[in-house]
Parts: sequence; C-alpha cells; structure tokens
Amino acid sequence: MNTATTTSDEQQQEHHDHKPKGIMRWLLTTNHKDIGSLYLMFSFLMFLIGGAMAMIIRAELYQPGLQIVEPNFFNQMTTVHGLIMVFGAVMPAFTGLANWMIPMMIGAPDMALPRLNNWSFWILPMAFTILLSSLFMEGGGPNFGWTFYAPLSTTYAPDSTALFVFAIHIMGISSILGAINVVVTIINMRAPGMTYMKMPLFVWTWLITAFLLIAVMPVLAATVTMVLTDKYFGTSFFAAAGGGDPVLFQHIFWFFGHPEVYIMILPSFGIISAIIPAFSRKKLFGYSSMVYATASIALLSFLVWAHHMFTTGMPVAAELFFMYCTMLISVPTGVKVFNWVATMWRGSLTFETPMLFAIAFIVLFTIGGFSGLMLAITPADFQYHDTYFVVAHFHYVLVTGAIFSIMAAAYYWLPKWTGYMYDERLGKIHFWASVISVNVLFFPMHFLGLAGMPRRVPDYALQFADFNQLVSLGGFAFGLSQLIFLVVVIKCARGGEKAPAKPWEGAEGLEWEMPSPAPYHSHTTPPEIK
Amino acid sequence: MTEQTKVAQKNKRLIVKLGSAIVVMFCFGFALVPLYDVLCEVTGLNGRTIARSDTASSLIDESRTVRLQFTTSVAPGMPWQFKPMVKYVDVHPGENEVVKFKALNPTGQRVVGQAVPSVSPGLGGLYLNKTECFCFDQQALNSGESVEMGLVFFISKDIPEELKTLTLSYTLFNVTETAGAGIINIPAQRQTLAANIY
Repeated sequence: MNTATTTSDEQQQEHHDHKPKGIMRWLLTTNHKDIGSLYLMFSFLMFLIGGAMAMIIRAELYQPGLQIVEPNFFNQMTTVHGLIMVFGAVMPAFTGLANWMIPMMIGAPDMALPRLNNWSFWILPMAFTILLSSLFMEGGGPNFGWTFYAPLSTTYAPDSTALFVFAIHIMGISSILGAINVVVTIINMRAPGMTYMKMPLFVWTWLITAFLLIAVMPVLAATVTMVLTDKYFGTSFFAAAGGGDPVLFQHIFWFFGHPEVYIMILPSFGIISAIIPAFSRKKLFGYSSMVYATASIALLSFLVWAHHMFTTGMPVAAELFFMYCTMLISVPTGVKVFNWVATMWRGSLTFETPMLFAIAFIVLFTIGGFSGLMLAITPADFQYHDTYFVVAHFHYVLVTGAIFSIMAAAYYWLPKWTGYMYDERLGKIHFWASVISVNVLFFPMHFLGLAGMPRRVPDYALQFADFNQLVSLGGFAFGLSQLIFLVVVIKCARGGEKAPAKPWEGAEGLEWEMPSPAPYHSHTTPPEIK
Repeated sequence: MTEQTKVAQKNKRLIVKLGSAIVVMFCFGFALVPLYDVLCEVTGLNGRTIARSDTASSLIDESRTVRLQFTTSVAPGMPWQFKPMVKYVDVHPGENEVVKFKALNPTGQRVVGQAVPSVSPGLGGLYLNKTECFCFDQQALNSGESVEMGLVFFISKDIPEELKTLTLSYTLFNVTETAGAGIINIPAQRQTLAANIY
C-alpha cells in the first residue's frame, strides 16, 4: 500500500477498509489514524511508567534519610524517569497527534510515507523494552541522569550502558523517520489551495519541529556513539587521559539538548493556538506573527546551548553571549503569549475542559518561562545551578506546558477520534485535581532550590523536610489524578453521547468538516479550501 | 495515476534531501570534536592551551611580577604520589624559570603516567610558554622508583596587567594499558599545534 490510498476508486477504497483482525491489524497498519492511536496509547503507557518512577522518587524524598530505596536505585529512577518522559511520553504523544491530525488538517488522504510510518512507531516499543530491561540487569540500569554526562556515563557507568546507547539510537531513528514523514506530508500532500500561510498553526509548529528533529537527533546519535566507544572501545572523546575533554561532552549534548526542549514545546504552541480561538469564538490574533515567532524560536534554539553550562568555567564574554541570546528568546515567546491573551480579549469564552487546560497552559507555562529567564542570568545561575529551582523550572515548562497541552489536545479532539463526547464532568474533575496538585507538587520546589537543596539526591538536610513532604503529597495527588484521565478516555472510546461533526461551536479547520468519528481514510477527494 | 507518480517522485526527491541532511548532521556531531579543539586552541578558552615554545625568552619585563601557583592531582586508578616541589613562584614576564615536580610509584608494578595540564583562569594559558615539560612525554616508573620531573617556562611579556596570578594544574593519568597505542600522544600534538599558532 503506498500513496495509492489517494485514489478515489471506489473498489480500491473498499479493499483498503478490509483490515486484518486482532493484533495483525495494529502490527501491519499503515493508516495514519491507527498509527496515531498507537503512538498516543504508547505514550500514555510510558507516562504511567515514568510517573510510577516519579512516585518512587517522591516516596523516598518524603522524609530525610534513606527509607525505601538504595541511592544507586534512586539514581536509576531519576535517570529513567527523565528518559521515559522525554523520549517515551512527550515526543511520541506529539508524533501521535501529528499522525492523527496533520493529514486531516491539510486535506491529505494519509501521511506521505505510510509504511515508514508503521516502522517509526513499531521500533519504539523495542527501544523502551531494551531500556527498561536494563533496570533488571546486574549492576542496574542507567544511573547517570538523563543528560548522561561523561565521565558518569563512561568511566563510572554500569555495564548495561550499551543497552542504554542502543535504546537511544532506536528512539532517535524513530523520531527521525517520524520527522521525515511529517515534512514530506506537509510539503507535498497539501490539498490544492492549502497555501503555507493557510495551514493551521499546529501544522506549522510541527513542520518547524520536524526540521529541528532532523537537525539535532543525528547529533544525539553521534553523542551516544562517542559514549559507547569511549566506554567499550578505548577511544578518548571525553577522557582527559587520552587527550579528550569531558566539557566537550556537555557542548555536544546541549547542542542537541536545547533544540530538543523546543521540540517538546513548539507543537504545544500549535495546539493552544487551535483551542484558544475555538473557545473564544474569535479568529486567532496575529496568525502570521505566530508563524514567524515559532521560526525565530527554532533558530535561536541553536545559539543558547551553553546556558546549561555557565558553571563550567566559561570566559565572561561567552557567558554574556549565551545569556543575551537566551533572554532574546523571551521576545518571540512573549509574542505568542500576548497573542493568545489578545485572542481571548472580548471573546465569548466558554470553559470546557480543553479550554481549561489551554488557559492553565498559558498561565503556568509563563511561570516556567519566567523562572527560565531567572536561570538565564549568569550570576544568578551560579546559585540556582543544579538545585531544585532547575527541577521546578523544567517541570513547569514540561508538565504544565507540554503535558497540559497534550491533555488539552486529547480532550479537544477526542469527539473527532471516537465519535462520542467525553464525560465533561469527569474531565473538569481531572482538570481541577491536576491543576491544584501540580502546583502543590512543583511550586514549593522553587523555594527548596533557592534555599540550596541540590537535585538528584536521595537524601537531604533536615531543614528541607517540611517542603519536601508537601511536594511529595502534591506528587501523589497529581499521579492519581491522571488515572481519572484514563477513565475518561476509556469511557469515551466505549460510547456516550454521539458527537456531531463539529462539537465545538467556534472550532475551525478541515478536521471538523469530516464526520465524527473520522472515517478510516481521510479526504479521499481533496477538500475545497476557502 | 500520473498525478500519483508525480507526487511519489516529489516525495522521493524530498526524502533524499532530508536523508542527506541527517547524514550531514550525524557527521557534524563528530566534526564538533576537532572543531571544539581548534576553537579552544585559537581562543585559549577552557584553560587547555598552554603555549609550547622552542626558544627561551630573552627580554624581561622587570616592572612587574606574576605569581604562578602549582597544584597536582592524580586521576582515579593512578597509584602514584605526585607533588610540586614548590607551591608557587613569582616571576617577571619574560624570565625563564625552572620548577620541579616529584613523582613516586609506591606499587609493586611498573606504571606509565601521562600528565595533562590545565591553566586557570583559562585565558592565562595563552601567556604561559613552556620550553620543556614532563607533560610532553609519558613517564614510566618501576616499582618503588621516584623521579624529579622538570618544567621550564616563561610568561609572555604581553600578559595583560590584570592577570597577576595564574594557577597551573597537572592531573596525572595511569596510561599503562594504552601506553604506546598511539592514542595518548594526542596531548603532545595539541601543544605542537598551539605552538604553531605563535
């Protein structure tokens, strides 16, 4: 099956609707909706596994002293929690949304490369099986932090490090294949009349994200390859004894790592730019400025990597360069936030669950942005570096940013996916439970960090005990709240009130012109673009 | 159908372009290693660049003195004792000076060591010229042997006024296993390259 699915030939159409039953349907599928669903289900499973690890971390930190786990196991938990949430939960969730929505949004029948699409999903479970299995091996799994700084990941790493490296390679290949597919689909498969500046922002942000992925995932692959050869084959990329340099590791890693954080937030911007206008019943304010802001954030992301390394002893001139470049990013980001607020201004707002998550995103992501600005100030960073302040910052941008936007997207498009309305009351309970507990969880971390509590420690000084207890309680509550989401999704998939083609009054876009649930093949004849 | 083959061709062209971008970026990841070394050497960032000079200095600036402090450490897995014989020296820029470091191998085996220098503040390395240094070569010590290792250096006259104290740090690595394998000569090459810049 190739782009032949584009045909409007009735007979062939029918042929394609005969899908194999049971597990083979999912293993062999080349349908963008099936693959999108697989990505989304896989990402939710990973979210729960990574979340369970966070629960272990917070249970250990509930009290000072060592109660539940050994320090080495604690380090494995912080490491694998990070890896799973970044590569297993957030990135596949966005790829899943891209698979589901992009062909529908641009008027294409499917993704451009359906068989590649099948592979890019199915190698992901292999990667995570390898990664998770390393936890059960002698010497334990990766324990060097998700950033795997050398020499922690070379000289001092456990024997299972090769498995970590291969798992990262496979995840990287998966994201690269996914990115190629997205770029080819968006550039070549748009319906006639769907010009670039008519594309929904979700499509725009994903196009830019895909280019970022293509640019930096290979650099990550190179980094882990160097770690592999340093550890097992006697090279000295990062070993000073052989003429290498451990600081070099940090440069290469963050050259990947900083664009990576934008990979995890740009698609969120696209989601929020779809939801805010829908529930404000107004056009998005400043569409083209949103496109340019996204592109400039992506370009700037290549010029700021060393702000993760202020304390490595850089010369002042370099520190100032990276500080100013970092602060510059707040300008396009500010453009976006103000555009969303301006879209809501004098709109006729209603507050269904997707809108609630979207508004929470704007407020809480902005808090994360502000703490990012604080961290960008070089002299201040010397105090904040490697403390819980950093943990608070990136959880605000990733949990209340990326994850909240994914939740908003799921609620927004669930009626389109399943054909049924989700339980609005349960959705609102899920929202309020999440938004309260997430702030109890992450807000006090700012104060812990400012007071000097280091990150990645299984034990801490007594004066941090009260706040850590509060944080842990917030963590348990947030973890449990996510089970409500699971219930909502299962209920919605099973049935309920029938959803109309366009369940949201103010929603715009080609996806709402298709019936709910969306037919197995999207836009078999190109839609008309107004 | 022709429409479809046209799209398929367009797709193929784009995939080839994107695929080559991916290959280029993978190679770029590795290219960052020499790029980083060259950048550090040219700019003197990171304190690794210590100029190597084949000729001693002749003109001395007696109007000021610079203090050079010494500190040593041994990397994990290196059993030697390794100490500078003086904590610091005060020198005039341009003045040649000799300092000795003492190393002792207290173990029962022959061990080969390689010292890797670093200067703080990082940019100070550009003005520290070594004419002779034990770190240019590997040192081999038999069981129980000790050795006094020499360093001959001068500080350039063009060192900025504000640099009044420099710290020279040596870390000694155990390279017994890889000795002679060729990998360990990289630091020496780096210093030659730095010397070529001047």
